[in-house]
Amino acid sequence: MSKIPLQFRHNGRDVAIFVDGGTNLLVALRELIGDMTPKFGCGQGGCGTCSVLIDGELHLSCLTLAETVAGRSIETLDGIKQGPNLHPLQRAFADNFAAQCGYCTPGMLMAAKALLDRNPSPSRDEVVEAISGNICRCTGYEPIINAILAAAGGRVSA
Amino acid sequence: MTRHRGRGMASINYPIGMNLGGDPSQALVHSNPSGKFTVALSSIDLGQGMKSVTRQICAETLGVPVEDVYVDTADSDTGPHCMGSFASRGTHRVGNAVMAAAREARGVMMEAAAEELEVNASDLETDGRGNIHVKGAPHRSISTKDVAIAAQFKQGKTISGRGIFLVPLSNVDPETGEMSPATCYAHACLVAEVEVDDETGEVAMVRMDSAYELGRALNPRLVEQQLVGGAWMGVSHALYETPEPYYPDPVHGPRDFVEYLMPGPGDICPHDIAVLERPAPDGPFGAKGPGEMCANPVLPAVANAIFNAVGVRIDDLPITPEKVLRAIKSQGGARPQARR
Repeated sequence: MSKIPLQFRHNGRDVAIFVDGGTNLLVALRELIGDMTPKFGCGQGGCGTCSVLIDGELHLSCLTLAETVAGRSIETLDGIKQGPNLHPLQRAFADNFAAQCGYCTPGMLMAAKALLDRNPSPSRDEVVEAISGNICRCTGYEPIINAILAAAGGRVSA
Repeated sequence: MTRHRGRGMASINYPIGMNLGGDPSQALVHSNPSGKFTVALSSIDLGQGMKSVTRQICAETLGVPVEDVYVDTADSDTGPHCMGSFASRGTHRVGNAVMAAAREARGVMMEAAAEELEVNASDLETDGRGNIHVKGAPHRSISTKDVAIAAQFKQGKTISGRGIFLVPLSNVDPETGEMSPATCYAHACLVAEVEVDDETGEVAMVRMDSAYELGRALNPRLVEQQLVGGAWMGVSHALYETPEPYYPDPVHGPRDFVEYLMPGPGDICPHDIAVLERPAPDGPFGAKGPGEMCANPVLPAVANAIFNAVGVRIDDLPITPEKVLRAIKSQGGARPQARR
């Protein structure tokens, strides 16, 4: 099978790769670009840990054909840090003990970022809805919900 | 259609660790020439916080800042033997091993400091901020870094310690069946309130209130986090999760994470937790550990709450809507019990 040339923006940087037809975005990001922050969980859209933003919208990268993101802008957890400083959401997750094993954390953070980017002061129900596509096995969700509300309210440590 | 509220409770005694071969764990502690310390373990931290807790235990025992301790774990090539992370044993067993190792390392560190300060080691104390000084004379002081450098390059000493925690194996008395499988027990009580829909058989969690007695909470935030999260694992076992819903018939088993049911963020309810601390005599700084018991009382409490709500006693897990509905039908309708 011939390779397909593909160009898109990855965390603000132009990237160009060759993919096999049928390659999903998660594999393209992890194996061809080397961005290991989107995780492989279930591979069928059931867990949310592969979540990335495509042109600011939340998508499951395991269910997205790599070819469909040509010319678009992809944002992953790797890109949300602001220089040496953690993103306020990352800070709030740490402050609120919102991670245990950490495997769901990249997806939770991207789902939370997608929410706060379009709705900076969400209600608790809106936060719950925003992370409803993401499974967490360890925390019972409560600390994650609290962390997102704290980030939205500007209640994060320096 | 009616939604019935019900409340149920459960209490548990939970053994810390187990009786298999004495359930030992080992730890090694050594200083680096920078004055920092490394704890070598092969115990696994899956997110429960064992690295944080063993780091605290080591720092407290050595008398150095927690920032000066690094825990290197999860590799049986580089760390001494550990039975594993199970049976709620991490804080208690591994913590005790780390404490023993740190105590031995502290002894060497104080001897090395004594040689530098030209005093008797028994006259020295640590300030917990990275210095060792003569008791009552804080100006006669040396940093742990300078002690580590002196030990390494001048005195030719290794500031290190070995630790193991082993409870002698308790054999079963052939006459009475009596044995002592554990040296300490944690305790918990949980009240669950549920709402049962008598038309669909669905059970929704309304609230949980619990009290956990787990020895000294060495890291209260981590304890709280584990209790909050673990309770939801308990709810998940009570109401959702199974690989074989019609066991022993394997039909209709989930094939993936889409079909394997677990609670989502929309299924959670308020949970009020009280942590009671009664230090265990043989625990590191009195700790027992929350471990597995954060999930355990939830299952019987939820089963009891369902009985209280609609009068059906489901005794196999998970308590699916189908089981609840069939039981309600076979008794001719919901029979709410008295509210207590």
